Amino acid sequence: MENWRNNKIAFFILSMPPTAWLMIFFTLPLAIMWVYSFADRGPQGQIELAINFDNYIRAVEWIHLGIIWKSIWTAAIATAITFAIGFPLAMGIAFAPPQWKNPLLLMVILPFWTNLLIRTYAWIAVLRTRGFLNFGLEWVHDKINAFFALFGLTDVLGQFEALELLYSHNAVVIGLVYVYLPFLVLPIYATLEKLDKSYLEASLDLGAGHWRTLFSITFPLALPGIISGCLLAFILSMGTFLTPDLLGGTDSEMIGNLIARQFTSSRDWPFGSALSFLLLYFTFIVLWVRATMSDRNSGPVK
Amino acid sequence: MRQIKTSYTRRNFLRTSGVAAVALSFGGNSAFGAESLNVYNWDTYIGDRTLADFSESTGIEVQYDLYANLEEMFAKFQAGNPGYDVIVPSDYMLETMIAADMLEELDKSRLPNFKHVDPNFLNPSFDPDCKYNIPYFWGSVGLGYRKSKLGNVDSWGALFDNPDMAGRMAMLADSRFVMGVALLYLGFSANTTNPDEINAARDLLIATKKNLKGFVPDSGQDMLISGDIDLVMEWNGDILKVMEEDDDLTYVIPKEGTVIWIDGLSIPKGAPNIDNAYKFLNFIHEPKVKAEIANTIHYATTNASAKEFINPDDLANPAIYASDEVVAKSQALSDVGDSLKLYDAAWTEIQAS
Repeated sequence: MENWRNNKIAFFILSMPPTAWLMIFFTLPLAIMWVYSFADRGPQGQIELAINFDNYIRAVEWIHLGIIWKSIWTAAIATAITFAIGFPLAMGIAFAPPQWKNPLLLMVILPFWTNLLIRTYAWIAVLRTRGFLNFGLEWVHDKINAFFALFGLTDVLGQFEALELLYSHNAVVIGLVYVYLPFLVLPIYATLEKLDKSYLEASLDLGAGHWRTLFSITFPLALPGIISGCLLAFILSMGTFLTPDLLGGTDSEMIGNLIARQFTSSRDWPFGSALSFLLLYFTFIVLWVRATMSDRNSGPVK
Repeated sequence: MRQIKTSYTRRNFLRTSGVAAVALSFGGNSAFGAESLNVYNWDTYIGDRTLADFSESTGIEVQYDLYANLEEMFAKFQAGNPGYDVIVPSDYMLETMIAADMLEELDKSRLPNFKHVDPNFLNPSFDPDCKYNIPYFWGSVGLGYRKSKLGNVDSWGALFDNPDMAGRMAMLADSRFVMGVALLYLGFSANTTNPDEINAARDLLIATKKNLKGFVPDSGQDMLISGDIDLVMEWNGDILKVMEEDDDLTYVIPKEGTVIWIDGLSIPKGAPNIDNAYKFLNFIHEPKVKAEIANTIHYATTNASAKEFINPDDLANPAIYASDEVVAKSQALSDVGDSLKLYDAAWTEIQAS
């Protein structure tokens, strides 16, 4: 069959807009930041072009590496929790009756219709000391107390103590899980959807239980989607700055906040650029690991 | 109300209004030959009628753009004046822009209303003799707190040395203001460039941090009124807003003094309508005009003659007009040049500790 790619003129014309878009809005700004990352900060915060590695040397100081390490940990924990919630969710949607799939998918995507900032502020209203979550818990608490009071037992649970959830590292993790859940669910759903269900039927017919089928058949077959989804959630969590800024306490600074500060109050764009590129290189390494892993997976079947 | 550093709300909404402003300015400029003026100001930092009145009395059309923080404004000017005639930089940013040769020296003979400026503001450290700015409004950071929980507070010690209130206090997430206040509490200058003093302030803040609920980006007033915390270091304007809603809240500038901000009106180099800019600066400092702005935004004016037209409740409110004694002990931030790196490093250590 004739491959449409063989029509060189058509291919050239069709590839022009995306190439131009990538050049102007991705490669060029990135190139500028790359040049800046070797520059000096002038006394008024100007960018004085130069070629030195001071910014990179500063970027790998222990304190900054510590913040990067903390960001990796936070992102890893958030990704693990997102996966624990997202995988069953993706499976539920993929194996739901056909007429339910689209409404369920819509519910996963629906939050994107509202600005991230507003959704994060909503979490403040939920998690704060006198927020909806604590109000709900207090209501349940009072009801249980009232129930026992019917039998003459007063104050079984004692005074209600509000949970201090907001402005903590836990709140940041909750926020990250919430924000990046759809990014993890969608790729996993896509692979599960394409998965040939007859493999699962064969597994069940041949005597494997549901759990065995899940771990020995579904999971390995969905692995490419799982890796993509987890990587997406991890990389996005790693670079976030809004969530820790709004939900975090005094110990929640992540690499994104550090970078954002260089472009605002510290007015040190060169250092901020160097930190950004450090984050970018880290992302490339993660993607490279993923690429080599998938090369191995797609190798000849033994 | 207004606030000095990054606020995501404001910034995001500004993006949208920025787009609207650009769309408007295309429409506006098409009226060829009409006199115009491009003003670049903080959000919610002008009277309801000021611009309309100015246009009515002078026939000059005003294009009005907003910024959310000074760094955003400065970044635009780094590549040359994008076409603004009047800008409103604060203290340290004025100093920065003067040093970077971005501002016109003001010709006072064209500003007869300059005589109304309160003498206290005529010789600021960041712009001696006000060569490049007319002071516009000023404000402070201080302590907003719940009276029924803390009684009477008069010292920064209520924040820095108060383990009893652990978990019930917060500070602004603004490195220079927080460091400045810590430096003042320790008896140093809020603008020190001495690494030992900066490190002492850092250590004080690291020790204080365990008692804090967070360094919050301009949401301290919401935490205060919702009962999440009882004491917060915040902008006076923000606390003022919640004081109107809850009688139990109040604001104090501690006796050690505080870090104040002073904003000035300036004309950037390369302003396309420099004559109109002078007219605007002079118009703003008409006592009645200035009072109308002050009565809208509730910040403290630098215009002595305007005070007779200002709402007496505002004048009597120590959260707006602090006593001269307190003002004398307070400092505005100045540009610390390369030492900003020391402040940034200290702030990073505070956050990471």
